[in-house]
Amino acid sequence: MSAFKSNIPEGPLKDKWTQHKNDINLVNPANKRNIDVIVVGTGLAGGSAAATLAELGYNVKTFCYQDSPRRAHSIAAQGGINAAKNYQGDGDSNYRLFYDTVKGGDYRSREANVYRLAEVSANIIDQCVAQGVPFAREYGGLLDNRSFGGVLVSRTFYAKGQTGQQLLLGAYSAMNRQINRGKIKSYTRHEMMDVVLVDGKARGIIARNMVTGEIERHSAHAVVLASGGYGNVFFLSTNAMGCNVMAAWRAHRRGAYFANPCYTQIHPTCIPVTGDHQSKLTLMSESLRNDGRIWVPKKKEDAEAIRAGKLKPTQLKEEDRDYYLERRYPAFGNLVPRDVASRAAKERCDAGFGVNKTGEAVYLDFSSAIERYGKEKAYTSGHKNPSKEEIIKLGKEVVEAKYGNLFQMYEKIVDQNPYETPMMIYPAVHYTMGGLWVDYNLQTTIPGCYAVGEANFSDHGANRLGASALMQGLADGYFVLPYTIGDYLSKDIRTGKISTETPEFDAAEKDVKDRIARLMNASGQHSVDYYHKKLGKIMWNKCGMARNEQGLKEAIEEIAELRKDFWANVKVPGAAESKNAELEKAGRVADFLELGELFAKDALHRNESCGGHFREEYQTEEGEALRDDENFKYVAAWEYKGEPKEAQLHKEDLEFKNIELKTRSYK
Amino acid sequence: MKLTLKIWRQENANAKGKMVTYPIDGIEDDMSFLEMLDVLNEELIAKGDDPVEFDHDCREGICGACSLQINGEPHGPDRLVTTCQLHMRKFKDGDTIVIEPFRATAFPVIKDLIVDRSSFDRIQHAGGYISVNTSGNTIDANSIPVNKHDADDSFAAATCIGCGACVAACKNASAMLFTSAKVSQYALLPQGQVEAVERVENMVRQMDLEGFGNCTNTGACEIECPKGISLENIARMNREYLSATAKG
Amino acid sequence: MGIISSSIARKVAMALSGLFLVLFLGQHFTINLTSTFSPETFNEFSHFMGTNFLVQAILQPVLIFGVIFHFVMGFILEARNRSARKVSYVSYKGNTNSSWVSRNMIYTGIVVLAFLGLHFYDFWFPEIAYKYIEANPSDATRYYGELVEKFHSPVRTGLYVLSFVFLALHLYHGFASSFQSVGFNNKYARGLKKFAKVYAIVIPAGFIFIALFHHFNH
Repeated sequence: MSAFKSNIPEGPLKDKWTQHKNDINLVNPANKRNIDVIVVGTGLAGGSAAATLAELGYNVKTFCYQDSPRRAHSIAAQGGINAAKNYQGDGDSNYRLFYDTVKGGDYRSREANVYRLAEVSANIIDQCVAQGVPFAREYGGLLDNRSFGGVLVSRTFYAKGQTGQQLLLGAYSAMNRQINRGKIKSYTRHEMMDVVLVDGKARGIIARNMVTGEIERHSAHAVVLASGGYGNVFFLSTNAMGCNVMAAWRAHRRGAYFANPCYTQIHPTCIPVTGDHQSKLTLMSESLRNDGRIWVPKKKEDAEAIRAGKLKPTQLKEEDRDYYLERRYPAFGNLVPRDVASRAAKERCDAGFGVNKTGEAVYLDFSSAIERYGKEKAYTSGHKNPSKEEIIKLGKEVVEAKYGNLFQMYEKIVDQNPYETPMMIYPAVHYTMGGLWVDYNLQTTIPGCYAVGEANFSDHGANRLGASALMQGLADGYFVLPYTIGDYLSKDIRTGKISTETPEFDAAEKDVKDRIARLMNASGQHSVDYYHKKLGKIMWNKCGMARNEQGLKEAIEEIAELRKDFWANVKVPGAAESKNAELEKAGRVADFLELGELFAKDALHRNESCGGHFREEYQTEEGEALRDDENFKYVAAWEYKGEPKEAQLHKEDLEFKNIELKTRSYK
Repeated sequence: MKLTLKIWRQENANAKGKMVTYPIDGIEDDMSFLEMLDVLNEELIAKGDDPVEFDHDCREGICGACSLQINGEPHGPDRLVTTCQLHMRKFKDGDTIVIEPFRATAFPVIKDLIVDRSSFDRIQHAGGYISVNTSGNTIDANSIPVNKHDADDSFAAATCIGCGACVAACKNASAMLFTSAKVSQYALLPQGQVEAVERVENMVRQMDLEGFGNCTNTGACEIECPKGISLENIARMNREYLSATAKG
Repeated sequence: MGIISSSIARKVAMALSGLFLVLFLGQHFTINLTSTFSPETFNEFSHFMGTNFLVQAILQPVLIFGVIFHFVMGFILEARNRSARKVSYVSYKGNTNSSWVSRNMIYTGIVVLAFLGLHFYDFWFPEIAYKYIEANPSDATRYYGELVEKFHSPVRTGLYVLSFVFLALHLYHGFASSFQSVGFNNKYARGLKKFAKVYAIVIPAGFIFIALFHHFNH
């Protein structure tokens, strides 16, 4: 077991990363050819890591459950990617990006990691442009920026509402180049079922070929987990249907600590739930909050009339609307961080001001933006005295150019025209800040097992700012891991090929097969989704946007109970030796049923409110989160000890030497 | 809403498949097409039958995993949507819906409605990249200005989600729209010029090797593409290819 | 087939050979049209075409090669396209996303090919036999009479009319589509495509007119 030590280099914050890169060991190019690395997950972090490692000369095997690496869920990120380029000349700098990220994360992240992230952020943009990522540009041919929540500068680069897809295609193109060279072997429709440890080091994985059902052994000198977040523990989330915690959880069970599982981001602008049939939730990019204004009716009777379908939102006069974010947070207005915006929406809906049938929705209104842009457009095209209709027509065109694809998506799903009537939105589970604990080198507590991107816990603290996930994924994959993993692999140059015919691989394979057999042979009362939905309800009601001691205690019991029921009575039809979507889901839900309990336990132990973790007992009189830096200024890293509720807590104290700890205020 | 579903069932790649009819009830307007299939699968599981296998993942129209030929059209009757964003309000009570896998020799069926689209990946492996190292030692992103019009066109080509609807819609199962979108994305940017000749030759060669049909300009691909990728990309690829051939 | 082994090269070859035939068609039409108002001019043109060394020894073989190439390639492409989808759809609604003519080029093409057979039987074979096998003396005035005679039969005239309808269908997609194939698709191409669609209707309609004109006037 590697030591639970953050391994943050000494020296001033600004020089740590440079110094560290100078200090660590390198592997010479000839030796790299003899070293194998497994990368699980091919999103932004995994794809970029695989490409870079292969380019350096390592033999890389990538695994993804999708039929192509390009489909990893990074693809769905809409709004943009942050980088401290200061192209807009609005005073941005590495320090400011660092500061915003630490503050946005409610002072629960590592200074050194976040500074490094800010430092390499500019490189990401250079890299992506060189790869042919078609970012949005201004008429002068230079890159365009927009602003995102929780910051006061415009540092977000974007490609319409499809930034994630464009960046992922960029990373995938870098992978393609290496696949074509034979340096990456890409295994698609493969799911990692377990990590194999030899002499305490990660030396391979057991994977299931999802087409044939075959259980395969793959060895390597190091294993990189880039398997994303665990938002699907809530059943309904903005994650893809297949997103799961299996890879991370299997590593956790083999000795990797799991950090801060309770830090979950509930994104404020998602399309509301319509009914029980709902299988997933769709995000409306945060970039919409640049121009959309969020409101609910001021009077309860108006809200009731709207819910009953007797009143239309467009009929409500300006003075009867409550722009509650602008009211509560005048400095940041509609661009407060996500956790703040989400809680404010919940507060209004809980108070009875919700606007859709279920009472769980608020408006995101573009009418003022349409008017403002329309006027501007009319003026700049030499039309100094435009009529109201002209303004609105021109304004709609501007809004369409900016957000056209998002508006279209909304219309397809909701069947309402957002140019004419305000959008309805509600918070939904989106991102998980928690994840596998890693040190400064992104190594978990299992030597040779690394975690990058959303799968690790490192950079976002208790809340992630918009457009920072893409930044972190690519920073980890392109610029951090390829250096730091060399330090570890430099000790492996004489190891030679790792054999898969060893007792360790035998045992791991047997575990996997036994587990599958148990799932196939349960009594068969209820489908996998039945359990997943139940788990999701418990999580949303008791571990969601607001949590309290009693609810969390109940959640722990209920989840343990549900898990027992699941293993005894789940129904998995078909055969294990073929394509079997139900079996795939069953394996994933089984792990969610363990993670969910640890999640609740973590939330219960953290007697404070910070970022995405809001405990009702710990709030100010105005209903804002109340942090407790004295007692909880640490990373909670949990060690697996059998049942999730028996997990053992390890604390990594967070030191803030370059930032003053303050109460986060966006007023 | 009450519907009759006719669905292609096939045990595995080598088995013989057939259409099977399933009646279904209780479908709501707000459901997506895949949520309707979820309902069917829950019923099948409860009855002890094997659920229908289909590809899907993000369910927000961007990953390109979902496919399905619905009533004779890829991604169904609606335009500019993927199957996951097709909603049941586009159908009427009592409708019969025929659901088949995307059909092409280069897309062999894996099971039921799932097809293997790795031929698309192999086309991209053959040349879908710009050969720059990922070291980060590149020039500043703003040192090469790109004409906004070209940048926008490149983006429009790059919006392709690789779902395969173009192949499924084409009477010849041609992959020209897909390949041309990938070629165009790079052809329109200064960064892509250096390797333009090899790229288009290699990608087209791979496309042919995979056994896709030839383009006869019917335009079906453009109409059915959920991202509205334009036929202009195919013309551009033809130009690129011709000039590459001329350059030898 | 060397240089035309790739799908795009084949497609371009198909387009270029098609364009060449369209060009020839225009020329053929122009000459034929003169038969409706000036038998003398028609005879002059025909005589020139039938006896000029350049036309007979170079253009004629090129044209025949063009025709053969176009349909052989058409059949090869069709066979490959069919093998690109070995299992067909139970339900395939091509009409929702493409035109009937674009999807049925092979059938309209086969009809045109069959017509070419008839046409060669009617004019070309007798002409070759007359000139090169029987080695008859040159007669610059025989063409108009031969033409008119062929259109006496209502069956043949009907077959010609029908074939030209199919030719129009074939050209309606083929001509405009050839610009796309050679990579010409911009704002100028849009105008050109419109011209191609008009051409595809006007020229066959003109041929029909000529056939009917001679049928009813003699």
